[in-house]
This record gives sequence, C-alpha cells and structure tokens, in this order.
Amino acid sequence: MNQSVYRLTNVRKQYDGRQILQVDQLEIYPGETFALVGPSGAGKSTLLRLLNFLERPTQGNIHFNGAVFGPERDVPIEIKRKVTTVFQRPLLLNRSVWANVNFGLSLRSVKNSTESTRFALKKVGLLDLAKQRARTLSGGEAQRVALARAMVLRPQVLLLDEPTANLDPYNVGMIEDIVTSLNREEGTTLVLVTHNVFQARRLAQRVAFMLDGRLVEVADVETFFENPQDARTSAFVHGEMVY
Amino acid sequence: MKVDPALFEIVLLSLRVSGTALIFSTLIGIPLGVLMGLSRFFGRRLVIAVLYTGMGFPPVVIGLFVYLLLSNSGPLGSMNLSFVPELFTPAAMVISQSVISFPLVAGFTMAAVMGVDPQLRQQIQALGATKRQIALTVLAEARVGVVVSIIAGFGSIISEVGAVMLVGGNIEHRTRVLTTAIVLETRKGNFDLALALGAVLLAISFFTNLAVLRLQGRMFDE
Repeated sequence: MNQSVYRLTNVRKQYDGRQILQVDQLEIYPGETFALVGPSGAGKSTLLRLLNFLERPTQGNIHFNGAVFGPERDVPIEIKRKVTTVFQRPLLLNRSVWANVNFGLSLRSVKNSTESTRFALKKVGLLDLAKQRARTLSGGEAQRVALARAMVLRPQVLLLDEPTANLDPYNVGMIEDIVTSLNREEGTTLVLVTHNVFQARRLAQRVAFMLDGRLVEVADVETFFENPQDARTSAFVHGEMVY
Repeated sequence: MKVDPALFEIVLLSLRVSGTALIFSTLIGIPLGVLMGLSRFFGRRLVIAVLYTGMGFPPVVIGLFVYLLLSNSGPLGSMNLSFVPELFTPAAMVISQSVISFPLVAGFTMAAVMGVDPQLRQQIQALGATKRQIALTVLAEARVGVVVSIIAGFGSIISEVGAVMLVGGNIEHRTRVLTTAIVLETRKGNFDLALALGAVLLAISFFTNLAVLRLQGRMFDE
C-alpha cells in the first residue's frame, strides 16, 4: 500500500483522568474507505475528533501525511483544513442553505466560490432549496447540506460520524451513493463510524472493531465479516451484544 | 412646527452622551462577553460574579465613584492629566454611563453566546475555522441576544438620572440632558414640560430600539 495518510502510535486520550481511548497502532491509507464499528461508548467518535485535530491526544503521536503531531504540538490550520467531519447530528448556521454550504469556502477566503457551491448543492439534490433557511429543513435534507458543506471543501480526508443514523432509507441511500462517488472519483479518503455493520460492509474496504477504547481487530472487509480472528468481533458481526 | 432650541440642545446632548457611552460599552462589552462565554480560565467565575454585580449596580453609586475619581482631590482628577475629563462635563457623563452599561452588554452577550450549542462550535471548527472565525461565527449565531444586550445597555443609560446628575451637575447649555431636565422641571412645578420631556425620552427610546431591531433583521440575512 501507499504511504499512510494517518499513522497513530500509542495514542491515548483521557478526560478527567479517565482513559477513553487507547490505540497502540493504526494506519489509514490514501483513497481507502475505512470503517470503525463498535458499540456505543467504544471511543469511535473520540478517535474521529483526534483524526480531525479537534482535540489533542493525551499521549502518543498522530502522523498525518508524514508530519507528527503529539500532545504538545498545535496543528497548523492549513493541515487541519485537509480534514473535515460530517457529524451524526448536523448543526447548521441560522442562514440560508447556500450560505451554509459556502461557509467553509468563505472561511478560506475562496474567491469565485459560486460554481463549487452550486455543484455541491446539485450533487446532494438541494439546489432548489438554496435560498431557504437551513433550519427549516428536514433531518435528511439537513444532513445532505452538512455533507455538501464538507465536500465543497474537497478535503483529503472526510470523516463520517454515523452520518445516516436516524435517517430514512432514501436519504441513507443517497448519502451512501454520494460518499462512494466522492471516494471513487476524487480519491477522498473516508473514515466512517457506524453502528450499522451492513453499512460498513457495503462501503468499506477495511474495517476496525472498537471496544472500550481499544482496537480489537482491524482487517479487510472480507476477512472481518467472513473470518474474524477475535471472538468479540465475531459476536458483534453476528449481532450479539458485546460488552 | 417650530422646535424649541433649548429642547433641541437637551435632546442632542442626551443622544450624544448616551450614544458615545453605548459605543464604548459595546466595544468593551461584546468582546468581553464573547471571551467569558467561549473560554475557560482560572478566575472566570469571579469575573462573572463581578459582571453580574455590575449589571445590578445602582447608577447613582457608579456616579459617586466616578465623581470621587475625577474630582480635584480624587486619584485621577488630582493628576491633572490631559486625557482625564473634568467633572461637570459631557465627557465625565460619558465615562459614568459607559461604566453603567458595559456590564449589561457584556453579561447579556455572554449569556447569548453560551446559549449557542457547543456542538455547533465543534462543527464550525471541523470546517476549518480559526479561533477568531469560531468566535465571530458564534457571535453571529447569537445575534438576537447580542442585539438585546445593546438595547439593554442603551435603555440603562438613556433613562438614567443619578449618575449624570452627580458628575454632570445639570448645568444649562452644558450638561443638561433629558432626565436631569425632567427632574428640574418637576421640582419647579412645570409638570406639563416635564411630561413633554418624558414623552420625548420615550419616543427616542422607542425609535432607537425599532431601528436596532430592523438592523438585526437585515444583518447576516443573505
């Protein structure tokens, strides 16, 4: 495989002295779709926040495109801007749909952003609602706006934190199609957090199972679902409760 | 209709003093409110407690402090510094009104900023916002509350009488504003004039708030 986008070594995250995350080793490669599955509270979202440089690890290093970032070093804004996240609960600004999608570009002072914004809105099927206030949208539409405002930035890595939880099948299908085409056409690296093992199987090339803040197993999608090496992964894949 | 020049002068001075004080208190109060609302630092709770106390501080007591500070025997007045205004001047009134209104602007701005979902801040950050851009975006999201803070700040000083009376002295053609004029005319038994001045004060307050609310509706609307 190519040189990794991310390489995590001995990464720990603590809140108030309580360890939430302990990842000894993890690599994510360019252009792949990597899924993180596991029960609630496993540390998946915490890991995503670290990958988006929203928080620093308490210990350990995150290598990103070869540069090393640890507990002390502040990540430069140009590096942070190579990664973005679509969250489970999209929170939109109290502005129009257009302004929300254009927001990240305006932060970067991008001139002539009209075409990019129009293209992103068209891609998520919301160009007709461009002038509408974002907070009047349905849950599915709001999530599509959140996806559009992320993809318009053409990030190197797109982190997806349960982006289709609580959505109807139509919106789930649409969002899956968009992120798949983003991955295939633009080569965007995707890291998907999901509870839904079927979704992980549909979208990912590699899957990791997390439990109690640790990576139990990382494998390519076929091995993960057909021949898991760890009994706990097997139990989770087969829909049994894992604690 | 002919406007009484004396009344015009009083109205103009009232607007000048309270308007200038509001500009100062907004320039100090909004950044302070954003800082208190968004950051966590040692002693923050103490600063908030001081701010809340300031929001309910009697204007006349603030007038007394400013009076003592600026008087010839006071710590500032005795220094004879060119930028320190003398007592019984509009500049002294501006200082006291700024002190009265900035805790209100800061306190209400802080509350408005804290009312914005913290998750939104994280999502803005994830889109590549710098700390300054996050603060400005949160401020824009809290705009309704911020406008209320400015209105509250203006309301507290345009209608205030104790502090301007103490540090301004209600001197005709020099420091007489609407509120001190109302007190004077009431004491003289000119109730009709006092009532008319009161009506002018109410009208100023009403139309200023109306203008600010219209601005609130337009700002940030694409």
